[in-house]
Amino acid sequence: MNTAAMSLRSDTEQRATAEDPWRGFTPGTWQREINLRDFILGNVTPYEGEAGFLAGATERTAALWDKVSDLLRQERAAKGHVLDADTEMVSSITAHPAAYVDRDLEVIVGLQTDKPLKRAIMPFGGWRMVKTGLEAYGFTPSPRLKEVFPGLRKTHNDGVFDVYTDEVLRCRKSGLITGLPDAYGRGRIIGDYRRLTLYGADRLIADKRDQMGSLDVTVLDEAVLRLREEIAEQIRALEELKELGAIYGFDLSRPAATAREAVQWTYLAYLASIKEANGAAMSLGRVSSFLDIYIQRDMAEGTLTEAEAQELIDQFVIKLRMVRFLRTPEYDELFSGDPTWVTECLGGMALDGRPLVTRSSFRMLQTLHNLGPAPEPNLTVLWSERLPQGFKDFCAETSIKSSSVQYENDDLMRPYWGDDYGIACCVSAMRIGKQMQFFGARANLAKALLYAINDGRDEVSGDQVAPAFAPITDDVLDYDAVVERLLPMMEWLARVYMNALNAIHFMHDKYMYERLEMALHDRDVLRTMACGIAGLSVVADSLSAIRHARVTVVRDDRGLATDFRVEGDYPAFGNNDARVDDIAVWLVETFMGVLRKQKAYRDAVPTQSVLTITSNVVYGKKTGSTPDGRKAGEPFAPGANPMHGRDHKGALASMASVAKLPYEHAQDGISYTFTIVPSALGATEEERIANLTGMLDGYVGAGGHHINVNVFDKETLLHAMDHPELYPQLTIRVSGYAVNFVKLTREQQLDVINRTFHAKH
Amino acid sequence: MPNTSGQGKPVPSVVGWVHSTETGGTVDGPGLRYVLFLSGCPLRCRYCHNPDSWHMHDGHRETSDAVVAEIASYAPFLKRAHGGVTLSGGEPLVQPAFCRAVLHGAKALGLHTALDTSGFLGSHADDALLAETDLVLLDIKAFSEETYQSLTGAPLRPTLEFAERLAAMGKPIWLRYVLVPGLTDITAEIEGLAEFAAGLGTVERVDVLPYHDMGAYKWAQLSMAYPLADTQPPTPEEAERVREIFRAQGLTTH
Repeated sequence: MNTAAMSLRSDTEQRATAEDPWRGFTPGTWQREINLRDFILGNVTPYEGEAGFLAGATERTAALWDKVSDLLRQERAAKGHVLDADTEMVSSITAHPAAYVDRDLEVIVGLQTDKPLKRAIMPFGGWRMVKTGLEAYGFTPSPRLKEVFPGLRKTHNDGVFDVYTDEVLRCRKSGLITGLPDAYGRGRIIGDYRRLTLYGADRLIADKRDQMGSLDVTVLDEAVLRLREEIAEQIRALEELKELGAIYGFDLSRPAATAREAVQWTYLAYLASIKEANGAAMSLGRVSSFLDIYIQRDMAEGTLTEAEAQELIDQFVIKLRMVRFLRTPEYDELFSGDPTWVTECLGGMALDGRPLVTRSSFRMLQTLHNLGPAPEPNLTVLWSERLPQGFKDFCAETSIKSSSVQYENDDLMRPYWGDDYGIACCVSAMRIGKQMQFFGARANLAKALLYAINDGRDEVSGDQVAPAFAPITDDVLDYDAVVERLLPMMEWLARVYMNALNAIHFMHDKYMYERLEMALHDRDVLRTMACGIAGLSVVADSLSAIRHARVTVVRDDRGLATDFRVEGDYPAFGNNDARVDDIAVWLVETFMGVLRKQKAYRDAVPTQSVLTITSNVVYGKKTGSTPDGRKAGEPFAPGANPMHGRDHKGALASMASVAKLPYEHAQDGISYTFTIVPSALGATEEERIANLTGMLDGYVGAGGHHINVNVFDKETLLHAMDHPELYPQLTIRVSGYAVNFVKLTREQQLDVINRTFHAKH
Repeated sequence: MPNTSGQGKPVPSVVGWVHSTETGGTVDGPGLRYVLFLSGCPLRCRYCHNPDSWHMHDGHRETSDAVVAEIASYAPFLKRAHGGVTLSGGEPLVQPAFCRAVLHGAKALGLHTALDTSGFLGSHADDALLAETDLVLLDIKAFSEETYQSLTGAPLRPTLEFAERLAAMGKPIWLRYVLVPGLTDITAEIEGLAEFAAGLGTVERVDVLPYHDMGAYKWAQLSMAYPLADTQPPTPEEAERVREIFRAQGLTTH
């Protein structure tokens, strides 16, 4: 049946459908309580077949994508890649009227502001960031806003800087800690957007009222008061979400009754969250196989064809590709390419052994074929050796064609997080609706090593940033002497770092609480304090060089070690060599150990990631020469990657080294970016697919956590640097996310090109 | 320590000369391969892209036990990736005892094994060595004595004898043919080779490898004049034409 026929269904029929939104579903606990996992496990139809059933884009989708592509072209040409920005209206769930790209072509509707790709302003995170962002791209903030901020309304950013200690400020300035979310939204919270779809807002509000009742306790202490206020805010946000629905002509008070409504409801819940929160990462969760249940039902009822199902997913994805936030040029330097991390998880296995792969997992990947490659949504396959072969093959085929997919080890994460977790941002797993994290960016471990050598002084500025431990005065570095100083330096860094994060998240909860995202969570959530490290392979290689080669210090007239002379070879991380890999493992365990000693705000559980996103370039820029032979200012390797060009034993050796890093001590994720030229993956497409799935099985089996897969030639990238207009959709995976290559800064582009490309001998 | 985990008599550890290792190769046998490049080669091919592996002592010394121990660390990965171990070079059969020990160790780990050879030293490969070898990647560089001599400086006959011996044993072969414009693009010779290969009966596939000049820089590093400095890689159409010659004999050809 085509869509025209669908709309011919009588009003009575449609009302009947709306009155019985749960028709045909297998009953379960999910009916009595908010329990998405129970619903999904009881109703999902795993699909073990191949990709042959998939449909191409409908004419409507193709026409819509043409229009959006044209807007994207204009956006790329605009100053700072910002097409338009709001200068008047503080964004909220209901601030803007209904807006469309082309109403006749859109099957799924809703935009962040009153125009497509127009960026909203969300000053509660920090007015300065909004003002700088607007002005940098040629916009003038309304005088009305200037009256309110910061004079009348304090922001998260103001709060944080009220309480930061001098130590924190020094570390921030020197670049020992960078990327802290202290000037805008913290993100990395995944609202369970599926809840609106399955239950409707009224049921969710009733549940929140019950939660409020459960907090009617004898003593209203600070913790209870805070939670009661938060729940009151959550209820208010759900009411506003219903208003947002009304703006677009939908009744969100009730559950979705058809597949089209299911996609629309899920999207509107997500849209509401990005209308009031501008976190670095605003991830979607794990919606495809959930939506598949509705699609299956409509198909069984004869009201939806495969082409129409694909149209729903394609059009949903078009909207997700249009998510924008107003950032500053400095932000862009750190997290390049305008990422939003609309991360969506596909696949994975259920605890009962069934695959959670559905036809809609395929449909989601199919968007990369129908609409072409794109960095968003950040499609993340939860890989298990036991995934159906047909799905594995389609993933590999899609990766080879688009370089737009990342893979994370479901066999590794399932024991920690169950079978209904999602990935926030790049590699951060969390049980959806039951867990959140306090995003903590990362500490520069390479700089910490230099501080250990330079008695706490910064090798660039000469400032005394850390406490003055006994300096190293020998010319030739001694392993034990360096480690003896590195340990207390890591202890001190962990303390200052945790203090900074506690300040940030205390103030964020106070001034920019994510009302709607948290309304789509349980009352009590597990919180993690997600710390991170940058420069792991630089430090591991440095210590390896100190131990296995001869490293002589070159001091400047201030007495600071600003360069190192390395004589002889040393084993480098990335070659499956225990002599250095064990050092990397030790670093991860040791830093996690000192983080675990710290007290985290709101009883959060400290975790850490080995992830840099694209900040490896900025970190490198701010860090002096290191004992591994890396020169001052040169980029670090991204995430957990071996340093560029030092992993010379091939792909498996590189992967084996990374896979040794213990997930137990880096539960916020270990990011690895892998680039291979097509011819090195096999002679024919069939072989390339088989070899890539084999490689992923092998990596996952070895315990690797995350892998970005890029399949292209260096020549393609070099050509794209000079002819960006020819590569509008060239997508590459960097560290935990994908970007349009042509949107990267030139420096970032060169960094990508200098990384190890696995090729033939 | 002798390697006793496999079948048959223990194979003692042997010292060999190794040029380098490539983990994760995909073009030297099925699936993902652990490729061990051994140093030393009796041929002097004019297009050689690894002239730095001609002399055995260009490599470094390793014991077969150490190599097998390293392979063992990749064994689960290689098995999941439907791959195995490939000995390449240089010419691995310069060091047959070392080859046999490593292949034996790999088999004992349950891995698929392949030997990438020109076949010129095929007589060095005794039956015991070949029993540890699942697949031979046989590089027949030309199909007339004249062309072969001028290209490699060595006779063709031993390679063809080795091929026939492998066929008689029923050993699977992947035939490789490097297509060099002006040197190995003689249609009559290629047709002869295709017919010969089809007649062997154990050739599972043929790889026609278009000549590339990516090894030229190594000649420069070794201060040697690169003999094919003026040779261009074949066009895709030309490579396809040659593949068709093999396909016409019923051979699976890439």
